[in-house]
Amino acid sequence: MTTRNPTGGRELVTVRNLRVAFDDTAVVHGVSFTVHAGECVALVGESGSGKSVTARSLVGLTGARSTVTADALEIDGRDALRLTTREWRRLRGGFAGLVLQDALVSLDPLRSIGAEIREVLRTHHMVPRRAELARAVELLASVGIPQPELRIAQYAHQLSGGLRQRALIASALAADPALVIADEPTTALDVTVQKQIIDLLGARLDDGKGVLLISHDLAVVADIADRVIVMKNGRVVEEGETDAVLGAPRHDYTRQLLAAIPSASSRGTYLSRATATDRLPLPAREADRSRIVLSAQGLHKTFASARRGSELHAVDDVSFELARGEVLGIVGESGSGKSTVANIVLGLTRPDAGEVRLDGQPWSALNEAQKRPVRSRLQFISQDPLSSFDPRWTVERVIAESTLVLGLPAAEARDRAAWLLGRVGLDTALLTRHPRTLSGGQRQRVSIARALAPEPDIIVCDEPASALDVSVQAQVLDLLAEIQADRGTSLLFVSHDLGVVHHVSDRVLVLKDGKVVESGDVDDVFYRPQADYTKKLLASLPTAVSSA
Amino acid sequence: MTDLLEKVKADAALAQASIVTPTPRRRRRGPAPSVLVAGAFVLVLLVAVALPQLFTSVDPFRTVPTDGLKPPSAEHWFGTDRLGRDIFSRVVHGARYSILIGLSATAIAVVAGSILGLIAGLSGRLIPGRVGLLVDETFGRLFDVISSFPGVLLAMVVVTFAGPGVQNIAVAIGIASIPMYGRVVRSQTLLVTRADFVTHAAIYGRSRARVVIEHVLPNVLVAIPVLAAIDVGASILAVSGLSFLGLGPQAPIPEWGVMLAESRDVLRIAWWGGVFPGLFITASVIALTVLGRALQRHIDGRKS
Repeated sequence: MTTRNPTGGRELVTVRNLRVAFDDTAVVHGVSFTVHAGECVALVGESGSGKSVTARSLVGLTGARSTVTADALEIDGRDALRLTTREWRRLRGGFAGLVLQDALVSLDPLRSIGAEIREVLRTHHMVPRRAELARAVELLASVGIPQPELRIAQYAHQLSGGLRQRALIASALAADPALVIADEPTTALDVTVQKQIIDLLGARLDDGKGVLLISHDLAVVADIADRVIVMKNGRVVEEGETDAVLGAPRHDYTRQLLAAIPSASSRGTYLSRATATDRLPLPAREADRSRIVLSAQGLHKTFASARRGSELHAVDDVSFELARGEVLGIVGESGSGKSTVANIVLGLTRPDAGEVRLDGQPWSALNEAQKRPVRSRLQFISQDPLSSFDPRWTVERVIAESTLVLGLPAAEARDRAAWLLGRVGLDTALLTRHPRTLSGGQRQRVSIARALAPEPDIIVCDEPASALDVSVQAQVLDLLAEIQADRGTSLLFVSHDLGVVHHVSDRVLVLKDGKVVESGDVDDVFYRPQADYTKKLLASLPTAVSSA
Repeated sequence: MTDLLEKVKADAALAQASIVTPTPRRRRRGPAPSVLVAGAFVLVLLVAVALPQLFTSVDPFRTVPTDGLKPPSAEHWFGTDRLGRDIFSRVVHGARYSILIGLSATAIAVVAGSILGLIAGLSGRLIPGRVGLLVDETFGRLFDVISSFPGVLLAMVVVTFAGPGVQNIAVAIGIASIPMYGRVVRSQTLLVTRADFVTHAAIYGRSRARVVIEHVLPNVLVAIPVLAAIDVGASILAVSGLSFLGLGPQAPIPEWGVMLAESRDVLRIAWWGGVFPGLFITASVIALTVLGRALQRHIDGRKS
């Protein structure tokens, strides 16, 4: 194929009317698009929209149970519908490199990252054997891995999330593919690491290579993509230039997706019921600054490190106060100690120094038996609700557990569980179901219901929406806000997502390496940051699409 | 395209399953024929254990010296042994010994192994400081020591000290399989006590004892039935082996291993004396193992 197109690159992939079905269930219904050299095309949509399946059909990895049909599926100018297994293999890695979301499971735990990269080099006969090592080091350096000579001998579990993802990208780039297919490459990464990954993909574009990006994060997409394809239920609902689609969306679904992104401008309004033009205000809530329900003074926590003698200061002199009805956001990258602070507040970890007081009364200083009767005042919502449910229990039993210590009669506990399930917007028919049969959003609602059951004063939320799609996240955040306005509960909201924190919090605490680098009113901190670290964090944020 | 895709990596297919909207499971057929046959055979065996009279009215202990070493016939289906005892009747009545001792041995191993494994796993988590770790370590080494001896050899040592007999052989074989259960229960306990839902239970102010009873125990013990189902067959084999060596029930008890041993001297002229008990030992072990594997597949399938 040598046909030129307006962007100047040749057509790397042409898909016309692609259909994919699994066991007679169609999941992709007639999708068409092209990717040119030097262009980044983004597939956007919720989970289940068929975007990953579409991407996988381009490398022939849709699985044995699938049927792929299309009017045209041309990859590198060849008819992909007629490729043999051998030809597919040469195409994968050679022409199209695949980067998956979770680098930890995508990298072989028994092989060093060097071996991983050299395998690709060897398979595609990129360089003579003698030069493989040097080339692998070069590749690692090119994706911004410091000390590549050292890292090359390390295994996936020895690397941090960001390094691991970069190593995976290095192996995807090893055969210098003309097209990189990246499936949620930045999900679960900190903003600063996310920025590095995006820059890396951007550099490929400048080299005249193509990128097909699959993401549910519109902010990331807005940063890098030239064209956006919005998918829903296996169909394309809207496509076009990124600025046009995200700036002036024509389809309702695209507008909903955009409106669901939490940010500064969405404060105090519903995320899930917003339309393009106006936003519904959330019920007003009143923070009673005169009543401090939780105070932390000079918290310290050190963990013995794996290396002998060295210690890790997980939390280093952290102090804060939480007023009744207030939301205090705690932001920081992974390893900043924000989860340790949450655990200390919950009374699961004992601080080495400093004290947490509840309503002016001692809390962290109590022993376990003294804590037990007070515990129901503090509740916890974790990132992964499924693992926080006993796999053998039904939803009803899960919710009722948190009220057991209150000594409610069984019948009353059941009634309350049913009422709470209604309160979080779920059907009471779910009471007898097992949590693993629920969707991600339903699970998080159940865990909110469970946290509400003992009518706590404070709920600690550790990344409560990070594992959810934008639209589901919007519903969960709205629900939390509603309940909080209703009950005057105080929230300690731990997250690495600055947009979410800006949307929900009244005040914010920025943590780095266990230390508070900045704290104060959320608008002050985000609009007029004082500390260099906060400035760097905010600069790493993908240029917001919140104007929509 | 389809036939081509059948060859792609299995892991891609696995990853796919989570992305795709759930489709009705295709594996909704009944159990495989081998499982049905095995199940029927085990059922017959269990009936023979409970009510051997249903199958034969002949007394397994009645000796008829004039009928010695008769080949299989309409009157004696499996022939007779040297003392003229009916081998069919002895095989049927012998099921009670072989199967029951095998089951008891497994039961002893399951109960003792689970308790020791739980203590080891919980003490490391609940007893603060070095004491807990020491207890855990002690049990761990104990399991190592026991499992470093071959099971049958260990059982022989126990029987040598305690004397041969039905109870002793069950205990001896049971002890030899304790480490298997102990280790599984210990590691499962460590896993479950670190799970998020145990942390959550602590946040709700539930006492440690309640958490152990309601969360830890049920989730730890799920692993046991499959392990036990597969192990019963091995126990039966061990019982027969030790009986054959004269360490189990003593003649004239019609235990299958004992019958094998008795037939050994006359095997050249009366093959039926050894073949039929041997067939039943083999068939029982195979049938129980097949059932155990089927149970395992069933439980694994339900989990995913």
